[in-house]
Amino acid sequence: MYSDKVMEHFTNPRNVGEITDPSGVGEVGNSVCGDIMKIFLKVEDNIIKDIKFKTFGCGAAIATSSMVTEMAKGKTLDEAEQISNKAVAEMLDGLPPQKMHCSNLAADALKKAIEDYKNKQAV
Amino acid sequence: MRRVYFDHSATTPVHPAVAEEMYRYVNKTFGNPSSVHFFGREARKAVEEAREKVARAIGSRPEEIIFTSGGTESDLMAIKGVAYANRNKGNHIITSSVEHHAVLDNCKALEKEGFAVTVLPVDADGMVSPDSVAAAITDKTILITIMHANNEVGTIQPIGEIGRLARERGILFHTDAVQSFGKIPVNVDELLVDFVSISGHKIYAPKGIGALYIRRGVRWLPISLGGGQERKRRPGTENVPGIAALGKAAEIAMETMAAEAARLTLLRDRMIKEVMENYSNVRLNGHPTKRLPNHVNFAFEFIEGESLLLSLDLQGVAASSGSACTSGSLEPSHVLLAMGIPPEIAHGSLRITLGKDNNEEDVSYFLDVLPAIIERLRAMSPLYHKVSDDCETCVKTWCR
Repeated sequence: MYSDKVMEHFTNPRNVGEITDPSGVGEVGNSVCGDIMKIFLKVEDNIIKDIKFKTFGCGAAIATSSMVTEMAKGKTLDEAEQISNKAVAEMLDGLPPQKMHCSNLAADALKKAIEDYKNKQAV
Repeated sequence: MRRVYFDHSATTPVHPAVAEEMYRYVNKTFGNPSSVHFFGREARKAVEEAREKVARAIGSRPEEIIFTSGGTESDLMAIKGVAYANRNKGNHIITSSVEHHAVLDNCKALEKEGFAVTVLPVDADGMVSPDSVAAAITDKTILITIMHANNEVGTIQPIGEIGRLARERGILFHTDAVQSFGKIPVNVDELLVDFVSISGHKIYAPKGIGALYIRRGVRWLPISLGGGQERKRRPGTENVPGIAALGKAAEIAMETMAAEAARLTLLRDRMIKEVMENYSNVRLNGHPTKRLPNHVNFAFEFIEGESLLLSLDLQGVAASSGSACTSGSLEPSHVLLAMGIPPEIAHGSLRITLGKDNNEEDVSYFLDVLPAIIERLRAMSPLYHKVSDDCETCVKTWCR
C-alpha cells in the first residue's frame, strides 16, 4: 500500500532526533488520533542550518516527517514556509488516500516551528 | 528471510487435507445437491456428511446446523432472525461493547427499526459480567448476543453463566464463536446457547463458508428467501466445496484441539513472559489466563501500531494491530477503548495469533527481532524520553 519511497524513508528516516537549544520547535497532532510530529530547527542568517524530527505515528507519519526535513534543510525560512503537505506527499510518490488527511501533517509541523522561531525573534 | 505468520485470527492457511477434500467437490463431484440424479445425490451426501461433522463438533443435531457464507452472515441471520420473529414478545436486545462489528452494526441497524439495544460494558480484561447481563434483562428482552472469545484480545467470556441466566428467563441467546470454535470446546448444551456463529477460514478451511447453529424449536425467521435449500432457512444452491471443506476442517479441529491448545498455550505463555519481563511500558491486553490458547495482545507504549507492523513485516513477521491506521479510521480499536485503555496506548497494540504451523523457533525469531524494532521506534517517538531517572510520571504527563 505504500510506495517504495515511503518505505525507504520509513526504514531509513533522515534527521531523526532533537536539537538541543533549538531556534524553533513545532508540534502537530495528538496522541488520541495516533500521530504526533515534532520538528526542531536551528536557524542561522534566515537559513535552516539544521533540522530534526521526532514522530509518534504510522509509516506515513514517519516518512513525511523524514521527507519534510530533507526538503527544508538549507532553505531560507521563506522558501521553507512554502512547502505544503501535498508537496511532501508528492515527493514520496504519493500516499494512500486514507493517509492524506490524518498522517500528512509534517509541513504543518515545519510551519509551526518557523512560526515559533519568528515569535522568539520578535520578543 | 524467515517468514512467520502470526495472524491466525485474521485468517488461516487451508489445511492440505481440507484442500484435498474441497478439490474433490470443485472438480469431480460437481453436482447440485438438489438434483435427483447420481451427480446430485453425491453432492447431497457430501453436504449432509459435513453437517454431521459440524454438528458433532458442537454437540448438536445435524438438522440444527445451516451453512452460510461465514461468520458475518451467521451473526446477521441469528440477530435479525430472532428480532423479527419475536417482535410481538418484546423489542429489547442485550449485547456487549467488545462484539465484532458484524454483531454491533446489526444491533445498531435494529435500533433504527424500533428495537432497544443495551450495550454492556466490560472490565479492564475485556470481560462481560454475568451480573451486568442479569441487571440489564427486562420483560421486553428477546435476545442476548455475547461473543464466546474476543477477536482482538482473546478474552473468553463466561458464556455458560450468561446462558443459564438467559435460559431461566426464557430469552434466546446467541454467541459468536468464530474465534473460539476449533480452539476451545464449544458445546451448545454446556454453554446453554440457542444460536452459534462459526466461520471456516479461522479453522483452516477456505474463506466464504461458515455455519449457524439454530436450536430446534426456537422462534426464528429466515432473513433470505428464494428456495428450499437448507430447509428454507438459507436458500440458494449450496456451496458444496466450501461445505465439504468446513466439515473436514471441523473434524480435524476436534481430533487435534486438545493437544494443539496445550502446545500453543506453552508458546503463548513463553512469548508473554519474555516480553513482559524484558520491556518497560508494555502491557498485556485481555485476560491473563481466560484467553484463547493462541492469542497474545500487547500494547507497547509510545509506539504506534502500524509502524510496529511495518517494521515486523520487514523482518518477515506478519501480525496485526488495533491501531486506527490499520482500520482506515481515526479511532483506535473499539475493543481496547471499551476496556478503558487510553487511545494513545491502544494505538500501540500488537496482536499475535498463533496457529498450527508455528513453533518454538518462530517465537524465538520474533523475540530476537523485536528489541531493535521497539528501540528504534521509541527513539523516534516524541512521547518517549529515554531517561534513566524516575521520569515515569513526566513521560506520562508529557504524553497528554
